[in-house]
Amino acid sequence: MAEPYPIDDDEVNVEDIEIRLLMEAIYQMYGYDFRSYSKASIRRRVMHRMTMSGFASIMEMTDKVLRDRPFFVTLLNDLTVNVTEMYRDPEFYRAFREEVVPVLKTFPFIKIWHAGCSTGEEIYSMAILLEEEGLYDRAMIYATDIDKNVLASAKKGIYSIEAVKQYGDNYRRAGGRHSLSDYFTARYDSVIMEQRLKRNIVFADHDLATDQVFGEMHVILCRNVLIYFDRALQARVIRLFSDSLDMGGYLCLGTKESLRFSGQEETFDVINTPLRIFRKRQFPHNA
Amino acid sequence: MGASWGGLNAYTTILSALPVGFPAAILLVQHQHASAENRLPWLLARYCQLPVIAPEDKEEIQPGCVYVAPPGYHMLVEEDETLALSAGRPVHFSRPSVDELFLSAGAVYGKQLAGVILTGANEDGAKGIDYIHRRGGFTIAQSPVSAEAPAMPEAAIKTGAVSRVLDLEAIGTFLAEQVAG
Repeated sequence: MAEPYPIDDDEVNVEDIEIRLLMEAIYQMYGYDFRSYSKASIRRRVMHRMTMSGFASIMEMTDKVLRDRPFFVTLLNDLTVNVTEMYRDPEFYRAFREEVVPVLKTFPFIKIWHAGCSTGEEIYSMAILLEEEGLYDRAMIYATDIDKNVLASAKKGIYSIEAVKQYGDNYRRAGGRHSLSDYFTARYDSVIMEQRLKRNIVFADHDLATDQVFGEMHVILCRNVLIYFDRALQARVIRLFSDSLDMGGYLCLGTKESLRFSGQEETFDVINTPLRIFRKRQFPHNA
Repeated sequence: MGASWGGLNAYTTILSALPVGFPAAILLVQHQHASAENRLPWLLARYCQLPVIAPEDKEEIQPGCVYVAPPGYHMLVEEDETLALSAGRPVHFSRPSVDELFLSAGAVYGKQLAGVILTGANEDGAKGIDYIHRRGGFTIAQSPVSAEAPAMPEAAIKTGAVSRVLDLEAIGTFLAEQVAG
């Protein structure tokens, strides 16, 4: 396992350059823009793929990426971190029910943007929550992700039965009113989410690094996506969210994500500090 | 620093030996369940004279502070000396993982880094210790006999990349002397 030779700063620097070139190659060839992602995070995932696939150098892997689309899809899957679950952070969904839903009940129509929806577990979590609160018929969920492959599986809504067993506990802790099994049909070793849950979901690919505002939203959920971006891209995306939200609209981030480094703390009121629920100010404080 | 089984005791012993004004930042990983309430920073702060911080994503690393990786997230070091959190796949069934911290810190800090591997029941951290060593950093393993679970320090020592094997009580004193002195 251990390779004996030392790795000096020049070598690390060369790797950094190679990683930048790989990101540029991916952008030019396939249009996915990882150039402003967290360098530490990208480095770990590139190195992981290099070891797994047995490349001698990043340049060698870059060559493969440019010429072999299926291999690119494998790397894309590493880079986009599609780790998710239903009712991830159940306390968040409970707080959403208790602190946000009562306000949403006063709206005639509710538009929700879930940015970075991955394979869709959290989309169906929200659809079920809205259904139980009697809000789903006047809601529209815009589910977006950079990766078309995960969007396709989100749209199908098919999950392994093993995984779903574990989500039952999350669902209850999130304040679920029935049984999670009321919302899917099991077949062999997988489950498919009920068709009726999909009636008000629109799936679309959207890249937070390059794409623009596409509608006025009442709620934006973007949880555990910003952590993969560098500070500059984080600031861009928070501005995009602020431009996409109605006055009084809600922004929900992951529990370790902060507005502190975005320069836009003034645009939002904090509704729930530990669970990172923010609300766009009605009348922004002007300097 | 990285620990798993028995880590709480190991960390309180080491951190209590560090004086006010300790000039280096300490980044630590303790394996724990993602669902666990994050009480570790609060617990460690009771035994430690340095500020203990539960970092947010992209938090700046300040000398003389102790940063505890949050349960459910890997903690990585960025080039600009901020901390990046990641909810990527567990490594050695662990998130946070010691290897993820050590490998990213090794790339950024090179010779200015010391890696300390403590008690634990799997092999997480061995690859990271080897990398820190190859980057010219200093490496310490808790002596397996003094560890509640010896597998983690043993795996690190087996790489041949550990500079010092020390009993738990000696690690804190050694750090206080070498880093501060």
